[in-house]
Amino acid sequence: MPDSEQIKRRIEDGIPGARAEVEDFTGGGDHFQATVTAAAFDGLSRIEQHRLVYAVFGDEIGGPIHALSLKTKTE
Amino acid sequence: MTEPQTQPLAQTLPPADSDGPAEATNPIREAIAEAISQHPVLLFMKGTPEQPACGFSARTVGALQTLGASFAAVDVLPDPRIRQELSALSQWPTIPQLFLNGELVGGCDIVTEMYESGELATALGIESGPGEPGASDAPASDSPGPAPLQVENRLP
Repeated sequence: MPDSEQIKRRIEDGIPGARAEVEDFTGGGDHFQATVTAAAFDGLSRIEQHRLVYAVFGDEIGGPIHALSLKTKTE
Repeated sequence: MTEPQTQPLAQTLPPADSDGPAEATNPIREAIAEAISQHPVLLFMKGTPEQPACGFSARTVGALQTLGASFAAVDVLPDPRIRQELSALSQWPTIPQLFLNGELVGGCDIVTEMYESGELATALGIESGPGEPGASDAPASDSPGPAPLQVENRLP
């Protein structure tokens, strides 16, 4: 079961230059809330920014990670 | 976790060999695409607007209802294939998913952000700000017939 720290690290490893703050929403290890700041988001729509973060986790979203609530920022 | 509490709509889904001109296609995905193209405001959610089965779906419904938007809703829970095909089509992994004029707007987070910033009202063509009961118009009268998805029309 992932924890907030792992989620954070994976986002930061998966998106070059990204900084992530991750909270475990329920404490249950399956509902996370992440605020991700990355220059890579520049010029992308919100949908595309979120897709970039979701792509880090692939099928885990909706599976082991029931929910990953996102807020994305460019800088 | 959520628990499906709706009718077994899965029975209304066509069998794999349902008739129709296209053999190599996917009837569920086609039905989803058709629903998206037919309904200017369409929400795929868990549960129904009256009884959302997930907090994220509930919040998204709440934003639309507060704006007085009329929207159609599809419950993805009755058949897991609806969700699989929807995500494959939209390239979006989670539920809810809001479509405006055939385009994916986003899930709960984006809809909530857009609601708070006023962008959602603008996108929906609603003048009044949050809180004001928007003047509802146009009784929607879509009845997609025996489609494999149950689309419910929601008026404020």
